[in-house]
Amino acid sequence: MIPVGWSLALSAALFTIGVVGVLVRRNAIVIFMSVELMLNAGNLAFVAFARSMGSIDGQVFVFFVMTVAAAEVAIGLALIVNLFRLRESVFVDEINLLKG
Amino acid sequence: MTAQILFAALAAVLVVSSLLVILHRNPVTSALFLVSAFCSLAGIYLTLHAEFLGMVQVIVYAGAIMVLFLFVIMYLNLQHDLETGVQTAVRRGIGWIAGAVLLAEAGLLVSKRWAVGPIAPPEAVATPGNTQAIGIALYTRYLFPFEITSMVLLVAMVGAIVIARSRRERGDEATVRRVRLSALPDSDPRVRTAALAEPSAHPEGTLAKGDRETYEISTSLGGAVTPPGEESSR
Repeated sequence: MIPVGWSLALSAALFTIGVVGVLVRRNAIVIFMSVELMLNAGNLAFVAFARSMGSIDGQVFVFFVMTVAAAEVAIGLALIVNLFRLRESVFVDEINLLKG
Repeated sequence: MTAQILFAALAAVLVVSSLLVILHRNPVTSALFLVSAFCSLAGIYLTLHAEFLGMVQVIVYAGAIMVLFLFVIMYLNLQHDLETGVQTAVRRGIGWIAGAVLLAEAGLLVSKRWAVGPIAPPEAVATPGNTQAIGIALYTRYLFPFEITSMVLLVAMVGAIVIARSRRERGDEATVRRVRLSALPDSDPRVRTAALAEPSAHPEGTLAKGDRETYEISTSLGGAVTPPGEESSR
């Protein structure tokens, strides 16, 4: 059996990589991918705890998180497409006005 | 023992490919490394005896979400992410330092021994079959959240369609034409046709200023003025 600490360490590393990606990159799509990495880190922690507690509830939560992530991707990519139509750019440091 | 070796190997693949996701210049390559990361995460779910989630991970993330990402990247025809300038370097440095601090915090958290309660025998989850167990939990205890999930997906679908519709189709012209028609005193169809075909054919003042601006914006975007016969089909 895999120790729960391994999974948690992996989850922490994955979340950190996601945070660094959001902070370092300026392409909105890559930032979005980093957000997906963070969501998956959370999912991994859920699964690891579900395993160590011997409970199924954590896996049910992962199911819900995946649903919300799918919805988020659809909305976010629609926003990026719209932003690109408006500004011809998806670089977040060129998008600094609320006015369209 | 085999599961632990498998876990370590998959974790190495996962970490390396997620690092490449955030480090690679080309967004398409990043997306492909993200597919690799999701697939190795699915393998990790399998080693953790979450078989259903492993399969869902491959289908939903590697299948659906990544295809959406690649579709958008290729639709936008992005150039490489060119990074130059001192400000960018400073920002990158701050980002890496913040990430290192966060990693140190996470390491501290993991290195502590936390009491997580009694560790159940692994057979407790695996005996009825993982998919069956999740199904039973979803349709009994979590039935209401499960139904709410459908609402989340519906709202997301409608929202994505509304947001991503092109400006030309969004109804700017239709609104302007409706305003124009309601502003016309005469209901003679020939007058209406003339007013629709030529914006300056009717006297000033029948349109409010905002409506004129909307009309100019929609025409400057290259929107074709449809003949009035198509009005009812919209």
